[in-house]
Amino acid sequence: MKLLRVKPGHGDVVLAEGDVEVPEQHAQLLQAFRSQLDAGMWAAVPTSTDAGLRQAEMVHSFEDIPIGAERVIFFPRAAGGR
Amino acid sequence: MALAFGTLAVVLVALLSLLALERLRDSALLPTLRALPVRLTGARLHALADSYDPGRELRAEQRARELLRSCVNEEEWSMYCELGFLRVNSTLAREDCAYLLYPHKPILAYVPACGLIVGEYCVEFPDHTRPYGSARLPDADDVLAKWMALAADERGLIEQANMHLPGRQIRMAKARRDLARLASWEREHQPRPAGPSSVPAR
Repeated sequence: MKLLRVKPGHGDVVLAEGDVEVPEQHAQLLQAFRSQLDAGMWAAVPTSTDAGLRQAEMVHSFEDIPIGAERVIFFPRAAGGR
Repeated sequence: MALAFGTLAVVLVALLSLLALERLRDSALLPTLRALPVRLTGARLHALADSYDPGRELRAEQRARELLRSCVNEEEWSMYCELGFLRVNSTLAREDCAYLLYPHKPILAYVPACGLIVGEYCVEFPDHTRPYGSARLPDADDVLAKWMALAADERGLIEQANMHLPGRQIRMAKARRDLARLASWEREHQPRPAGPSSVPAR
């Protein structure tokens, strides 16, 4: 699984990458995930259905990440614009 | 008596002002004050010029487009490339509504059945860490953030946005033109009904 964050001037940046089944990598992923949420980011997992429909799912904790998800994308929290 | 004191006071103030002006002219304060706006503007422009790198922004935009492409389906990607926006249907059960997602512009809500433009939902995704002095995401990342937030929690995003009447930021003429372009694009991309085969049947 990859944790990505979109950033001004960068595009997406890989924050962490690993296998959630491997304890050490799981810990790294978990730490990176929490630090992003603590920094006020939103996290979404892009998903697709068998019919080819692309969707996204917001995740609020590491346990919410769907099993088999390949990536989690962090992006800044929405704010009402002018 | 009062008139005499008043006149005296005015004369004193005038004399003191003249003296102060003379001293101000002699000092370096006046030229410094005069040059201040120029120096401030120059410093700001210099800082902006230092932080803005067109090559970096272009690379960021290319990466953002790749990420968007990997998240949406082929049809949506083609729509974004050709029209410059994404269309997302509302999933709120009782509302027949769809949205156009433009980069760094409000989300435009409209009724697909009649083309009525309902309003603009103004929402931003500012990155306060400002890695290069700007909180603005690349265009495709901004569209992706809107798309993911709408797909995952439409009601939450719409409630968070500031709603304005149509035409506030996106001109009505542009919105109508974009809806017409979208309709034309959809006609071109809809699957054609199976017609008679060009190969003669035996």
